[in-house]
Parts: sequence; structure tokens; C-alpha cells
Amino acid sequence: MTRIIVVTSGKGGVGKTTTSAAIAMGFAQKGHKTAVIDFDVGLRNLDLIMGCERRVVYDIVNVIFGEATLNQALIRDKHCEQLYILPASQTRDKDALSQEGVGQILEELAAKDFEYVVCDSPAGIEKGAHLAMYFADDAFVVTNPEVASVRDSDRMLGILSSKSRRAEQGLEPIKEYLLLTRYSPERVRIGEMLSVADVQDILSLHLLGVIPESKSVLTASNSGMPVILDEKSDAGQAYADIVARYLGEDIPHRFIEEKKGIFGKFFGSK
Amino acid sequence: MPNNSPILEFKSDSFSVPVLLLFTNDLQIIEQQLKEKVDAAPEFFKNSPLIFDVQELNKLDRPIDIAALVDIIRQSNLLPVGMRGGNVKQNKEAVKLLIPVYSAHSSNAPSDTPKQKDITPETIESISTTILITRPVRSGQRLYSSGDLVVLAPVSAGAEIMAEGNIHVYGKLRGRALAGVQGNTEARIFCSDLQAELISIAGNYKISDDMRDVVSKKPVQVYLQDHTLIIKDIV
Repeated sequence: MTRIIVVTSGKGGVGKTTTSAAIAMGFAQKGHKTAVIDFDVGLRNLDLIMGCERRVVYDIVNVIFGEATLNQALIRDKHCEQLYILPASQTRDKDALSQEGVGQILEELAAKDFEYVVCDSPAGIEKGAHLAMYFADDAFVVTNPEVASVRDSDRMLGILSSKSRRAEQGLEPIKEYLLLTRYSPERVRIGEMLSVADVQDILSLHLLGVIPESKSVLTASNSGMPVILDEKSDAGQAYADIVARYLGEDIPHRFIEEKKGIFGKFFGSK
Repeated sequence: MPNNSPILEFKSDSFSVPVLLLFTNDLQIIEQQLKEKVDAAPEFFKNSPLIFDVQELNKLDRPIDIAALVDIIRQSNLLPVGMRGGNVKQNKEAVKLLIPVYSAHSSNAPSDTPKQKDITPETIESISTTILITRPVRSGQRLYSSGDLVVLAPVSAGAEIMAEGNIHVYGKLRGRALAGVQGNTEARIFCSDLQAELISIAGNYKISDDMRDVVSKKPVQVYLQDHTLIIKDIV
């Protein structure tokens, strides 16, 4: 059984692609055959984060138009052989995608025994975002702890529950999970950021994990390594926790409280 | 063609459109009642699409002049977009007036209501259904109930819930809630935590700025008294 996961948010720049790359790598590392699809046609980024931009020959639009087979377009990850990337086209726009074409690709992936398909949604609520979420079984809603991001996530949740395939066919609704990214307990304490409780109060959603604001995310992106591979970093560990939690392990939440180091105490008293 | 961008696309979509049920063929009374209803919430009705339903009339064998009825509806600033439950002759008339014809099947109007000899227009109020919502109402979503609306989950900021009857929200109410949208001044809003952007009963509204002094986190009810919205604790 293939499980289709959409990573979505409504708002841009909150960490959808970072999250898609990290969790796809996380599933693959645990031995699950996984594909990650970039739906951001025209603003292709996932290949950079995954470090495979030099190996892109064909993309999702070529497959939809029948100019290449899915096998030709899928790029096998260099770190993990269970992971495949289907890049977006940089030269087209989102209108090149069609519901039928996306449906066919997902069916073909299911026939190839992929266990997880991660759909990296573009920002916004237009065609690209709509197609990324339409076939989903699960939704990872990536949210930053600030009001605009929270409201956009709320809007996206409304669309998930009314315009997806599952909603249209009256099936069991998409399972929705909250991923709170760029979280900084220090800034929550001084009132610059919404807390986990604030966000959950507004979205009333199951919290899958909190990813702390971390330099390692930028470093990882720039070097084309999904941050989950940086096992020493807090963000990498947070994503590993999220993958494990999603797969059914019972792991307590981390990175919600401030670190109580000697410096923390010193600065905390200010 | 090398360019594959689509020019147009046919899609099936569903809309919620108010239905006008008619119980009398007296055009004068219809005109008067319609005017009263529309005047109660003119902004809500302005240019609103409308389907009129003549099936009760046909059950009672009361013929009605479709062309005159359409005129009355148009004069009330409503846009008739369909007729339901017409007989063969009425259907022909409607199509001639470019009004689409829908079959009599209806999901919420009970079809086997006992025939009454003297149906007064007041019966319009009694044909209503309560809608129950158990999942959060998200930003950007709109809900409409022709009767009461009961929400057992939060209503987010940017969501809009409307009912011709009462509204109950057993979660935080952060969006907009409009009760009695067809002019029922007796409608009330009940909620366990009032943080709404806007509340309205029969067109009388308050925005969140006017509700600053309202203490949230406790159950309140909202009702209309002398055209003023009163917010009061329950208990």
C-alpha cells in the first residue's frame, strides 16, 4: 500500500521543501521505498536541497506530456538507494500540470511498490498546491509560529477537507498533522513568537513535531544534504523524531522548552 | 498544437443556492411577503441567485403564472436561476423565460408531508433543518444552514457561518457568525467562547472592535433587543 503525503502550508518560506527532503530521506533510511515529488513547477528547489540538481534530465512535466517515462525522470538519491526524486520543471508554469497526469504518475509509483510518496507543495492555494494535495492520504501542515503562517495553514486545512479527492469521493478524510518549524523557545518567552500551545489552540491539530530554528537547516540546504542526515544537529534530530512518530513510535516531544545551559541561565536572567 | 495550455474546462461543482418554496398562488401575497423578507436583510439578498419551488402548489393543484412570478422575484433584486417541481406546462414556460428547470427531488424538504388545506405563508419558517458540524470550520470556509447550525468544534478566524435560525458553537468562535440571515429577529447565537470577528442577527451586527469589553472564555448568548445586539452570559 502506497501512502501519499503532502507537505503543505499555504504560506511560502516556512520550510515545506526542507521538510519534504528531510522526511523523505527519513522514510528511506528506515528501509521504506520512497519518492519525493516537487510540485513547484517554475520555481524548482527540491533538487537543490536534495543535492541532485546536476543530474536532472527529465522532469514531472515531461512525464505528464509523455516526453519521458517515469523511470527516466526519477533520480535515485546518492545517499540512500531507497529514495527517488521526481523534479519539477523550471521552464514551465503550473498550468502544465494536470490532475489526470498527476494521478497517473501516482498510480505508476504505487505499481512500482513505493511505500511513501512525499508531495512537496508550492506556496499558495492555486493549481500547483491544489494538485499536490488532491490525491493525498496524509497532510503535513508546516507552520511557523507567527499569525500569518498560522492563518494560511488554517485556510489550507479548509481546502484539504473540502477539495481533495478524499473529500470529493466521500472517503475517510485526509489525516492532518502539524509541524511547527523555526521554533525558538527563547523568542516565545519574550513574546516575539507564538507558543506551541497558542498555535494548537488556533489550529486544533495533532502535533507531529517541533523543529527548532537552527543554523544547520541553512547549512544543509546550501550543501544539498537533507538536514536529517546531520544527526548531530537539533533540526536533524527533530526531523528524525517526526519520521519515527509518524511511523508509530512513541517519542516524547523535544525542542519545546528552552535549553538550560550556563549561558541560557545567564541570558535568561536579563 | 505545441502549446498545451487549456482554453477552457468543464467542471462539475456544487453551490448552495437559496430555494423559495411557494405555498400559495396568490401573486399579491407572494410579492408582499417576499418584499418583507428581502427588506429584513437587503444586503444579503441583493442579486442573490434563487431557485423557486412550485411542487407544493402543484400537489394542491394551484396553478401559478410563472412569467409573473419571475417578474416579482426580479423586482425584489433576486436573480432567479431555476425552477423546481414544475409540471410539463410550467417547465415549458420557464424554459421560454430562459429559466433552467430542475426535477422535484429534494434532499431536505420532506416529500411526504401531509397535505394541508390552508397553508399559511408562516409555514416557510417551519421547513428547516439543523446542520451539525463536528470538524473545525477553517479560515475561508463558509457554511449555511436553512435552519439551525450547531458546530461542535472551533470556528477559525476568516471562516463564515450563517443560519436562518440559531447558531450554536461549542468551541472557540473566532470567525463570523450570522444568525437569522433571512430576517428572523428571534434567532440567537450561543457560543462557549466568543472571540468573533463579527456577529450578526437579522442584519444587525457587531464587529470585534465593538466587543472588546466582552470577557471571553465563558459561555455567552447573543440576541436582538430593540435593534441592538445584546451579549449576555449564559447561566
